[in-house]
Amino acid sequence: MAEILVLVDHTEGVVRKPTLELLTLARRLGEPSAVFLGHDADSATEALGRYGAHKVYVVDAPEVDELLVTPAVDALTQIAGSTGPAAILLPSNPDGKETAARVALRLESGLITDAVDITAGEDGPVTEQSAFAATYQVTAHVTRGIPVITVKPNAAAPEPAPVTPEVEKWDVTFGPASAAAKVLSHSPRERGDRPELTEADIVVSGGRGVNGAENFAVIERVADTLGAAVGASRAAVDAGWYPHSHQVGQTGTQVSPQLYLAAGISGAIQHRAGMQTSKTIVAVNKDQDAPIFELADYGVVGDLFQVLPQLVEEIERRRS
Amino acid sequence: MKIVVCVKHVPDATADRTFTEEGSTDRESVDSLLSELDEYAVEQALRIAESGVDAEISYLTVGPDDAKDALRKALAMGGDSATHVSDEDIEGSDAFGTSLVLARAIERHGFDLVLCGMASTDGTMGVVPALLAERLGVPAVTHIEELTVEDGTVTGRREGDSATVRVQGSLPAVVSVTDRSGDARYPSFKGIMAAKKKPMETLDLADLGIDAGQVGRAGAWSAVDTATRRPPRSKGEIVTDDGTGGTGLAAFLTAKKFA
Ligand SMILES: Cc1cc2nc3c(=O)[nH]c(=O)nc-3n(C[C@H](O)[C@H](O)[C@H](O)COP(=O)(O)OP(=O)(O)OC[C@H]3O[C@@H](n4cnc5c(N)ncnc54)[C@H](O)[C@@H]3O)c2cc1C
Ligand SMILES: Nc1ncnc2c1ncn2[C@@H]1O[C@H](COP(=O)(O)O)[C@@H](O)[C@H]1O
Repeated sequence: MAEILVLVDHTEGVVRKPTLELLTLARRLGEPSAVFLGHDADSATEALGRYGAHKVYVVDAPEVDELLVTPAVDALTQIAGSTGPAAILLPSNPDGKETAARVALRLESGLITDAVDITAGEDGPVTEQSAFAATYQVTAHVTRGIPVITVKPNAAAPEPAPVTPEVEKWDVTFGPASAAAKVLSHSPRERGDRPELTEADIVVSGGRGVNGAENFAVIERVADTLGAAVGASRAAVDAGWYPHSHQVGQTGTQVSPQLYLAAGISGAIQHRAGMQTSKTIVAVNKDQDAPIFELADYGVVGDLFQVLPQLVEEIERRRS
Repeated sequence: MKIVVCVKHVPDATADRTFTEEGSTDRESVDSLLSELDEYAVEQALRIAESGVDAEISYLTVGPDDAKDALRKALAMGGDSATHVSDEDIEGSDAFGTSLVLARAIERHGFDLVLCGMASTDGTMGVVPALLAERLGVPAVTHIEELTVEDGTVTGRREGDSATVRVQGSLPAVVSVTDRSGDARYPSFKGIMAAKKKPMETLDLADLGIDAGQVGRAGAWSAVDTATRRPPRSKGEIVTDDGTGGTGLAAFLTAKKFA
């Protein structure tokens, strides 16, 4: 069966959920092989095997930590050059997209970024993407070389398909460090108790209407009641009320949860670009003409400081 | 120091953007403007020049005739000169074609620093800066929020998906900056007038030694099969809070099994 290379996204050996989604999608196209860069492959192998990785190629070299993006480019190009996979899948984050583009250029192969779905077609993978702030749906395919595809989080639900992977160490020849960006320091973001934005089934977001950092407690309370991640509009982030890593939108994170609840957010096109494909959308806004209501499956015209605490109270009452 | 800023002329994101029958961005039906995300790259170039570095700033765009407007806007913000690469055969290029044209034009001009936006607001791939670095054989210091240029290096903070990373590259280098790198200035009236006198050259593929077959739709390595408008979300139930808005919302969420 055709081999599909999947670049593993992990934090110190803990495989992130989008990688499990990639392995699940890869199985539609062939037999997945995971490419793992770093020192903690042992702790990742079990998870990768559980989601169907028949092989794990391990690249453990100092360059992996010292240089930005290029070690993964060297690794994938060399592994692909020798094994000839039918496709290469990577996560759609800045590192993944830049790696994908450079690998594709070196392999003289076509590139598709930000796929939200992949199916097996007669001439290779067929991808689905969202365009123009998710107002368009585009299908595309690669016409030359080995298709290199980056996939957005939540494109597929991870499905286990346990195998015991064969682990193979790879000696990669790295390009000159002078043509690479050096990593001076690397600080992984603290993972709080809440789910990650891209991985959450429910996202509760606050905007300018939240009116102050301390008021975000109101948003957090709703999030915790629903087991949700917390998001924010750029206006709220720019005001310093919530960290940028929580920004939803064109220049923040793009989410596609089962439920998106927007409170005190007007629904500007750049915000919509990051949440428009959510399955169910709920809005609370005191302006009945706010564009967010055009997307909402359910909307409450009202003051979020009245509506949200009452929502929490009522859910708790129903539960007890 | 020679700084080249890559700026793209894009359809207005707040207008109703569409695709052509060939599956390319329709540039006819809506107004276009300098990509807002590229204004941040222009701003960083101007700040570097203002910080005392002896810098010559030149703008570069690849696009149809009216892409000149993007260059004029950038020149009105500041900087010295501009290059417009325009050729019928470029139409329909993918990121590889565009980056080839940009890279050849950058080499022709000479550079110590190439500055880009984090992504174009129409294609939103965010890969051209990395492709330029790959083609030019220089470090890619991308997705930067805070930029310093000193002692022949460029250093910056990159907010990745799961970590904050401080990265450094030696010059020459390609840098892309995010919308958090510092607010872009508005062109002044004086700036707008001065921009009209600044030199702008126009090049075509032959000037850059590129064959038509290497770019455009013919040279693209991927193809769009269909582009369809998503059906508008059917308008849901909108209620006005009469004191029971929260309870009503709880009932909706419970019915949908979210709570
Ligand atoms: C290049 C570019 C990229 C961008 N990227 C992003 C991005 O990634 N993400 C993003 O979000 N934005 C982005 N923006 C900004 C975007 O255009 C909007 O400015 C931003 O989304 C507005 O945030 P907001 O809805 O919170 O604020 P506003 O538009 O000010 O809306 C606040 C809303 O809160 C309501 N409100 C106020 N008080 C209350 C209350 N007590 N109860 C209920 N409702 C209340 C108001 O009626 C209003 O509708 C970008 C812009 C540009 C130019
Ligand atoms: N046609 C173009 N002309 C000039 N610069 C471009 C062009 N396309 C992309 N760029 C630059 O590359 C960055 C990223 O674009 P993209 O990879 O298309 O999202 C943009 O912010 C620009 O700085």
